Amino acid sequence: MAIIRLHDLFAAVMLLGIFSLLSAALFTLMDAVDVAFTEAAVGAGISTILLLGTLALTESEEKPEHNRRAPLALLVVLLTGAVLIYGTLDMPHYGDPAAPIHHYLADRFIESSPQELQIPNMVTSVLASYRGYDTWGETTVIFTAAIGVALGLGARRRSRRQLQEEERENKGGRA
Amino acid sequence: MIEPGLYNYWLCVILMMTGLYVVMAKGNLVKKVIGLNLFQVSVIMLYVTMGKVEGGTAPIVVEGAPDTIYSNPLPHVLMLTAIVVGVATTALALSFVVRIHEDYGTIEEGDIAAMEEGR
Repeated sequence: MAIIRLHDLFAAVMLLGIFSLLSAALFTLMDAVDVAFTEAAVGAGISTILLLGTLALTESEEKPEHNRRAPLALLVVLLTGAVLIYGTLDMPHYGDPAAPIHHYLADRFIESSPQELQIPNMVTSVLASYRGYDTWGETTVIFTAAIGVALGLGARRRSRRQLQEEERENKGGRA
Repeated sequence: MIEPGLYNYWLCVILMMTGLYVVMAKGNLVKKVIGLNLFQVSVIMLYVTMGKVEGGTAPIVVEGAPDTIYSNPLPHVLMLTAIVVGVATTALALSFVVRIHEDYGTIEEGDIAAMEEGR
């Protein structure tokens, strides 16, 4: 909540990092150790570094502005939240072993993946083998994002260099 | 009406709405990216809480204990993918923010709109 009020973006980024780390601890409590260490490394680590890098390249103070959209946004958020909470009322309870999510595929993965693949960690075997295409698609997404970043930031640098070279040529011509 | 087993969903809803509010109401572009991150973590948390089984342990085989209860590994796998994809999109969004700052000299949405109108 403090993240909303803070105008110092640096502090907001730090709070987001702490939030990420806390949620990683929460994931460990809920038996999701793989998700927890990915969140700690990627969410708390790399995201924070990326955000700090952006702040270094731009500016680290948010302008205090009175926002005309804020009441409307608050209304939309409260309405959506109320609808979502209404929707959870008939969801299966926390930790309920009879919930539909724990049957069908999950049973099969838990029972047969250790025999089929000889990997004790079921998350690894599902990630790399049963849902291998998913992971392959994920690497494609990362590659595409990397191309996007390179194009967005790299094109500018190149055009600036070309401008400088042209100026130099013009000066050379005059002399 | 108050059901203790549903608190986990409500926490996720509150976090999600916080993220949504930041994205909609804040004019600062870096703040918007932070809001998106909040939203994303709340969705991940929703899936992970659904995967928890009462009395279960992490889905790594315990040797010599055939009736161990394991939590559901499937949501964990999906969320691993989601975290990494989320960082990729964050990086892309931030690179756009840097690019916008190079052209306009500001990362406030309102200032950029005013400049566009003035052109």
